[in-house]
Amino acid sequence: MPVKAKRQVPPPEVVQGQHPMEKYLRADRIPHIWCAGCGLGTVLASFLYAVDDLGVDPDGIAVISGIGCTGRVAGYVRMDSYHTTHGRALPFATGLKLAQPDMKAVVFSGDGDLFAIGGNHFIHAARRNLDINVICVNNLNYGMTGGQAGPTTPLGGRCTTSPYGNFEHPFNLVHVAASAGAAYVARWTSLDVRRLQGAIQEMLVRKGFSFLEVIAPCPTNYGRRNKLGDGLDELHHYAEHAVIKHGADLADTEILPGQDFLVGKFIDEEKPTYWEMYQGKVAELEDRRRR
Amino acid sequence: MTAQRTHEIKRWRVPKGRICVQEDLCKGCGFCIDYCPRQVLEDAEHFNAKGYHPPRVIDPDECIMCRYCELICPDFAIWTEPLDEEEAQEEGQDAG
Amino acid sequence: MPARSVLSGVHFMNGDEAIAEGALAAGCTFFAAYPITPQSEIAERLAFRLPRTGGVFIQMEDELAAMAAVVGAAWGGTKAMTATSGPGFSLMMENLGLAIMTETPCVVANVQRGGPSTGLPTAVGQGDMMQARWGSHGHYELISLCPSSPQEAFDLTVRAFALSERFRVPVLIMTDEVVGHMYERVEIPEEISEAPRRRPTGPVEGFLPYKPDEDLVPPMACAGEGYRIHVTGLTHDERGYPDMSAEAHDRLVRRLCDKITRAPEAYTWTEELFMDDAEVAVISYGISARVALGAVELARKRGIKAGLLRLITAWPFPDDVVRGVAERVQGMVTVELNMGQMSREVDRVVKGRVPLAGVYHPGGRIHRPDEVLRGIEEVMACR
Repeated sequence: MPVKAKRQVPPPEVVQGQHPMEKYLRADRIPHIWCAGCGLGTVLASFLYAVDDLGVDPDGIAVISGIGCTGRVAGYVRMDSYHTTHGRALPFATGLKLAQPDMKAVVFSGDGDLFAIGGNHFIHAARRNLDINVICVNNLNYGMTGGQAGPTTPLGGRCTTSPYGNFEHPFNLVHVAASAGAAYVARWTSLDVRRLQGAIQEMLVRKGFSFLEVIAPCPTNYGRRNKLGDGLDELHHYAEHAVIKHGADLADTEILPGQDFLVGKFIDEEKPTYWEMYQGKVAELEDRRRR
Repeated sequence: MTAQRTHEIKRWRVPKGRICVQEDLCKGCGFCIDYCPRQVLEDAEHFNAKGYHPPRVIDPDECIMCRYCELICPDFAIWTEPLDEEEAQEEGQDAG
Repeated sequence: MPARSVLSGVHFMNGDEAIAEGALAAGCTFFAAYPITPQSEIAERLAFRLPRTGGVFIQMEDELAAMAAVVGAAWGGTKAMTATSGPGFSLMMENLGLAIMTETPCVVANVQRGGPSTGLPTAVGQGDMMQARWGSHGHYELISLCPSSPQEAFDLTVRAFALSERFRVPVLIMTDEVVGHMYERVEIPEEISEAPRRRPTGPVEGFLPYKPDEDLVPPMACAGEGYRIHVTGLTHDERGYPDMSAEAHDRLVRRLCDKITRAPEAYTWTEELFMDDAEVAVISYGISARVALGAVELARKRGIKAGLLRLITAWPFPDDVVRGVAERVQGMVTVELNMGQMSREVDRVVKGRVPLAGVYHPGGRIHRPDEVLRGIEEVMACR
């Protein structure tokens, strides 16, 4: 980067003010706990900008998180927010959504929470096509608990519980989501902030089970132990290796260390939601009763 | 940072608006500085309350209000305020 | 016009069905469960009835999900319930704890079967009583009720929803396979007043979701009402924000327990039969209490002044009632389909004041009256 000649810059005023998204944040809990260079804050910001841009009434949004670094998202958004037990954000959201069908339910959780302990709930929520939006921040390991290997840790990945290199074949989350029947499947990295905002807006507007995977840096744990540099270096890695290919064959979307990987919107289909089908049955019963 | 957080911000005039930095929220990740397409930002020399170097504006004329710094910042520490119409006219005469 | 949820009239139904109807009558509009014998009739009836009464039935992929969905639905503003048996009950423990910590009103029915493990899926047991009390992790209080008949199964389910709303705590219906599958007359009244959920009254601004009223129970702001509260299983302060300090933990956990233990009259129910002149008291609950009653009558015929203290409320344990009985009799016999669980509570309360005996059977069948009689005679012998 060219070094700029130092020129005299008029000094900044010092005023009172607040971040444009502060209205959606529990400002008294900011600064948040996520590490320097972690991608979570960026993904949260993208979500808030999406909500703001859409003009969705925040009173009508419920954010449900599980346990883990991403799990803390629920604690920062100034909306109906639920920080549930590990892996159970989706069934919790299922109950809440079916009790409040007009609310937008956003499950914001991590790779471990949604696909290890919560994996069974994920595939069934997708299978049912519940109208729930899942934002899965995939930082390739369990960050909160100190950097253990997780279901998406790449082969050879060094973690506190895979000190000799992970040899378990990781999930390809978008492939799992698609094969479980998710009607909307996309993957971006935390560098692609405008595309993230676009994807989140698409999810919030459409009906049915929507899944967005966001690859994000975890400098403190996975990045450090696997010599990926700091958060910025990981973003540079995304810039070099993330290749946009909308509608790609999901079999090609695996993430292999050091190699290019595909991002984009892979699936976007309309399918009747669980609630629509449930209401359909209720309507049938009503008709039969009336006749 | 358990003390009550102040909302004190430094605000630089840039031709198309203002760049706002709430210094004490910055964790020095460098995203905004690195990804600003016009190299408008740089690490400040001083440290913030947490011991990080917050960003400071070193080339205001270059800022094109692309807002990437604002969108990529993980800590809600930097954002932009586009000029409203009259300010923009006023700006127009100065620049003209 | 949806079908009536209060199925007024006289019916001939089993305990499971009575629990289902009790839930509907109490205003339950969300039921999530996973199939398990001997709970099936509850889920099957609600699968049939809820879509017709404007409610939601969903079969979840496991009991972890069922319990999580119930907690979610309660925060969605509904009266929510699940039902299971031993193995599922074990899977529900963590999210039961979430409901306790976040003070979420809900009802869980456990139609107990022979255990441990897969045990006797189609046969009776009462071995989950301590699990009902201490199954989740951490220290807490909750309310457990034990019906001895389908009628009582109906009545206690209605009361369970009222108690869960009043105390904002999960309430367990700890029944068993025999009561669950036995058919008896069940009368459902004309109407049942639905227990109100305690709502916030003040403005959204400055509302503290976990600032309790004087009875130590906070008003509940549900999703979509504009209060935008944060609900977390982490120890939290009155704002609902996580607070990891020991002081915050002490305040919260102490309140979660005190809010229940300070008002025993609201949920403590027992029944005393032949106890006026009784010299030996038989203590039992659920199906075992009905056999115990037979044994008490048998003992009376043999000139033994026996009486029955039937526990309807298992948790919080009715210490005062049992202590009061211990002061009036010379011996006590606990009868239950496990190897001694509630008997430990009796022992804790009686503190050796009178000799205690236990008539235990691990499940698979109910006791025979003569087995209970032998227990009565045993304790009479060592007065």
